[in-house]
Amino acid sequence: MPLAAQQPAPRVPPGPPLWLLAEVTYRCPLHCAFCYNPVDYARHGDELGTEDWLRVLREARALGAVQCGFSGGEPLLRDDLELLVAEAHRLGYYTNLLTSGVGLTEARAAALKAAGLDHVQLSFQDSTQEMNDFLSHTRTFDLKQRVARLIKAQGWPMVMNVVIHRLNIDHIGRIIEMAEALGAEYLELANTQYYSWALENRDQLLPTREQLRRAEAVADDWRRRLEGRMRLFFVAPDYHEGRPKKCVNGWGSMFMTVTPDGIALPCHTARMLPGLEFPDLRKTSVQHAWQESEGFNRYRGTGWMKEPCASCDQKEVDLGGCRCQAYMLTRDAEAADPVCPKSPHHGVVLEAVRRAEAGEAQAHPLVFRDPKASRRFIADGNARSLPGCGG
Amino acid sequence: MSAGSPAADGAALRVPRIATGFRLQWEPAQNAHVLLYPEGMVKLNQSAGEILQRCDGQRDVAAIVAELEAAFQTAGLEGDVRAFLAIALQQRWVQEA
Repeated sequence: MPLAAQQPAPRVPPGPPLWLLAEVTYRCPLHCAFCYNPVDYARHGDELGTEDWLRVLREARALGAVQCGFSGGEPLLRDDLELLVAEAHRLGYYTNLLTSGVGLTEARAAALKAAGLDHVQLSFQDSTQEMNDFLSHTRTFDLKQRVARLIKAQGWPMVMNVVIHRLNIDHIGRIIEMAEALGAEYLELANTQYYSWALENRDQLLPTREQLRRAEAVADDWRRRLEGRMRLFFVAPDYHEGRPKKCVNGWGSMFMTVTPDGIALPCHTARMLPGLEFPDLRKTSVQHAWQESEGFNRYRGTGWMKEPCASCDQKEVDLGGCRCQAYMLTRDAEAADPVCPKSPHHGVVLEAVRRAEAGEAQAHPLVFRDPKASRRFIADGNARSLPGCGG
Repeated sequence: MSAGSPAADGAALRVPRIATGFRLQWEPAQNAHVLLYPEGMVKLNQSAGEILQRCDGQRDVAAIVAELEAAFQTAGLEGDVRAFLAIALQQRWVQEA
């Protein structure tokens, strides 16, 4: 759900980082095959301590941040979460908890409510126990149902988030029914974005055009029926649409992610980009990171673009698409996002979609996100983290 | 709630308040009132901010109109206020207290 604010074209100094996403830990009890956390997350260092997180919250708020998301990994694995939420609330943030639900007991829910938590986003993997538990590689389906009731009992607005892909897209009607039955105010049906673990598993996860067409029709039908009760968002997949997305509403324009080890990023996955140093908030302030750092300034606006973006009449609309996707699929972070038909590399995307249509044999079984698999990626080096270019 | 036109729903509002799950606040960095909700924000123009900050669950619509007319030394604001509240209700920014 993007912020609805209208931002002026980026210039110096930039506007406030309206959205602060605090990824407080990479630890997670789930092992989702589409997780966007870096595949080499096991290599990253110690988590920021409580005092550092409190300072980050204060500094970002002073710059004008209004939305604070606590995410991960599973944020409930931090036992100082209540403390962080309380300070964020006191500072005037709207506070969001993005959780798998694991660890949200009645006692913790009450403590988070008392701390001022405004809203909970609960992830589900599917409407069926079998697929939910398969995709997350855990037995969590029943637990999530219980947690959904806890969330409602505390009076929080509930956003239910379901990542959509080839294996669950045909269940979309039942997923919507489940969300309604559990009392969600918002349902995000987010088509998988192919980064990190999802990119590793792209052959298994990319749906066919026919699956997408049916799913969109079902979602449209339900949207009409649910008007006034539940809001339904269907996040379109950029591989099939051929339309680059204005990633995080523009690099360094309103969004800052802070990783568990304290690195400030312009988007969830920017850490993968080579040759670009991102600020370490253990050593530098949020203000310096946002306004002065090379990491945040490099792709602000349109000045960095080359062809075909530089002369494109859509360049202000999509800002050339996603830098991470460009890098993953072309090894050049300044290239046009290859989902764009004007990209000379668009064939890479067409080939992935063609394979999905053909249902070709998968190269390997689903890789589930866990520390062991992550260490394997680290040992294998970069080649395997770039399957988009045949690595 | 889906039944009826927004205008009719807005006209039916008696004592509006900011809806559950939403929060209205002044943001100096944006020089504007903003309405915050799960993972989102609406930046309000001045008149929207002036109306919504009076939707406190105490004042009825007539009192809100009277206050705005006094504050801005003008008359005949009721139509505009009700039209805005109809939109705000449709967006679920406000609800009946």
